[in-house]
Amino acid sequence: MLGWEFPPFISGGLGTACYGLTKALDQMGVQITFVLPTVVQSQYATHVKLVSPSMQPIHTPMKVQQLKNVIFRTISSPLQPYLTANSYQKKIEESLSQMQASHGRTDKFVGTLDYSGDMYAEVQRYAELAVRLAANEEFDVIHAHDWMTYPAGVAVARATGKPLVVHVHSTEFDRSGEHVNQMIYDIERMGMHAADRVIAVSYLTRSIVISRYGISGDKVEVVYNGVERNGSSNLLVGNTTIKKDEKIVLFLGRITMQKGPDYFLRAAKKVLEKFDNVRFVMAGSGDLMHRAVEMAAELGIGSKVLFTGFLRGEDVNKIFKMADLYVMPSVSEPFGIAPLEALDNDVPIIISKQSGVSEVIQHALKVDFWDVDEIANKIVAVLKYPPLGVTLRSHGNCEVRKLRWRDSAARCAKIYEEALVGAV
Amino acid sequence: MASVCFYFQVHQPTRLRHYTVFDNNIHYFDDRKNAEICRKVANKCYLPANRLILDLIRKYDGRFRVAYSVTGVLLEQLEAYSPEVLSTFDALARTGCVEFLAETYYHSLSFLYSRNEFAAQVNKHVQRIQDLFGQTPRVFRNTELIYNNDLASLIESMGCFDAVISEGADHILGYRSPNFVYTPKGCNRLRLLLKNYALSDDIAFRFSNRDWSQWPLTADKFGHWVSKVNGNGFVVNLFMDYETLGEHQWKETGIFDFMRHLPEEIFRHPDNNFKTPSEVVKTYQPMGVVDVPHLISWADTERDLSAWLGNAMQSNAIHELYRLEKKIKGSGDAKLIGDWRKLQTSDHFYYMCTKYFSDGDVHKYFNPYDSPYDSYINFMNILGNLHLRCVKHPPAAPIGQVAQNAESLTADAVAVN
Repeated sequence: MLGWEFPPFISGGLGTACYGLTKALDQMGVQITFVLPTVVQSQYATHVKLVSPSMQPIHTPMKVQQLKNVIFRTISSPLQPYLTANSYQKKIEESLSQMQASHGRTDKFVGTLDYSGDMYAEVQRYAELAVRLAANEEFDVIHAHDWMTYPAGVAVARATGKPLVVHVHSTEFDRSGEHVNQMIYDIERMGMHAADRVIAVSYLTRSIVISRYGISGDKVEVVYNGVERNGSSNLLVGNTTIKKDEKIVLFLGRITMQKGPDYFLRAAKKVLEKFDNVRFVMAGSGDLMHRAVEMAAELGIGSKVLFTGFLRGEDVNKIFKMADLYVMPSVSEPFGIAPLEALDNDVPIIISKQSGVSEVIQHALKVDFWDVDEIANKIVAVLKYPPLGVTLRSHGNCEVRKLRWRDSAARCAKIYEEALVGAV
Repeated sequence: MASVCFYFQVHQPTRLRHYTVFDNNIHYFDDRKNAEICRKVANKCYLPANRLILDLIRKYDGRFRVAYSVTGVLLEQLEAYSPEVLSTFDALARTGCVEFLAETYYHSLSFLYSRNEFAAQVNKHVQRIQDLFGQTPRVFRNTELIYNNDLASLIESMGCFDAVISEGADHILGYRSPNFVYTPKGCNRLRLLLKNYALSDDIAFRFSNRDWSQWPLTADKFGHWVSKVNGNGFVVNLFMDYETLGEHQWKETGIFDFMRHLPEEIFRHPDNNFKTPSEVVKTYQPMGVVDVPHLISWADTERDLSAWLGNAMQSNAIHELYRLEKKIKGSGDAKLIGDWRKLQTSDHFYYMCTKYFSDGDVHKYFNPYDSPYDSYINFMNILGNLHLRCVKHPPAAPIGQVAQNAESLTADAVAVN
């Protein structure tokens, strides 16, 4: 399995999905070698060594407790999901200057700057390393998660003749709207065409795969994500500036164009015309973070909006425990695991109709992401009419229990078998 | 002797328009959608079905007879959007072979929440039927056939009805058959007619179901089933939505042909005939007392009130609505009272039902909402505006009564679910 993030090193839903799926496959007894790029940062020297073929580029296998059938192998690389070519370049430069500061040596990196700055080349290099790694591994099927691992998946499939399954958690159209990065699109397209089977996280995504990437519907299957139950631990709410006599409306996700933070803020403005005793919390970070802070100020609701930055682990649970309502006004959301986590934490949800999760959850309020008035109308309704929240919570919680990773994993296992039969 | 007693429920609610918390317009209804649906159903069902029934009455020289209960809210819409349907109902009334039943004008659940309001709505409906069709209803049917002993006693005490209609639910009848006339417990003069749900649903729900072992249902086959009642029953009560003809069961299913041939097949057995509810209670003696202490209805498999009052939203919405009764009536504002009454139509609460929502069917018929939650939000926003309007009219003197046993009734309904 070729992935690129895994807890606790995650920045979004992809890591959560890979974890849930891997864990459930593990419980089914499926043997998995999970190949993961490590974020370099402190061991940047390792990355430099990668250039040299004589160096050992691959880390020794590591195991994670609880996952007895999973072996993790990491490939040093600055690859991270949700990077754009620009932010990638920025990251490389940041890392380099960090290195320069700590080591006081610049000469060694001059030659590699152009090379590392070329994301395309980096993805290809990741592929080469994966092929070398694969030569020493035993496996039957290659399962690649999202575009950065597709070249690796394709390369390993070519080298070994093993069937390739690519898993589309999001597409370039979801991340960038119509301003697609041609290079990423080409990689996605190439990966999907080369794959024996394509797994889409929703019918929404499946239709994009078919219509935008020209993939035959026969080989595209939908496997919905599940939700990892946390067992609703009764955490005590810690010290925060949020008073509990206030209602809390939560936005949780990356603050990027795709997630619709501006619609959230404009809806918040409208809500405050009708309902004052409420605080809007934006939990997450992203390239529009500063813009969002500015926008809240411009709208004159700065004191009513709280930015927490990126949250993980216990902090996520804590914020869910405090929230009265979760809003996901995503412009484009292939699936959306966070709303399921909200339901799992007894928080009613408003989700955009333009989301994959909307296909599996009925007991949610649904809106068009652009319909700010309607988002505001529904937020006010939840705050004003308590029976609404009561009913949403009780039915939503039942519904979310039915979405189990176990079922997603079983679907994947079946697709592996079909891919194996097809490959013979 | 087997008498076939047809009663058709004819109803469309006045659907609400999309109304957000930011709205403050006092027009609550979606005129365009209501007009569109009214005309559509008129063309697919009311007009062709009325034509067919009229033809059959003429063809069999008055031996074919049916009953209707047409709600006040539909009559108003027909007047506005499809007046030709009213004239065909009038033509049916003039044959003398068609009986019109009484119900709450607004197709409401007022029996459960305000006896005053209930009586007012029944009287308004009776008055309207008299005005339009020149006959005074003698048989009462409550919204969705909601019924218990109290309803029967109330109807008897009103003094103007001979019979009441309800569902022949298994759990109230036990081993007994719905094919007889009964007396409601606690009543002397009033009679009870119970729906033969098996035969009614064969037409209303199963007619076009190809997975049903009896498909296709022919008039000949159905005639045989009815004739089998001879010897252990007097009357086969076939109660259903009128929209069964042409709307629930499309013309293409052959439903109109089935109806066209049905009288002929029924008359094939010399002891069979057609009777209206009033004729049935005049002809047959009651066969015993039926005790219905708990509320029943004709809905879903539960035959209870959970389709309207099964969740917290429904119970909250209806309580809030009836809580305004005093203020609304005290305002003396006719438009305000009219709006409040149209909000009482049971469909508004039916749309909020979450029972089958995950399965996605049954409650879908002309449901204007994507989800029960949307329907609740819309209703509550409108109710908020209505409340503001009556605050502007402080009540002069207390008129009307507070909801009687509403609290306990809703508690029951919630517990049942």
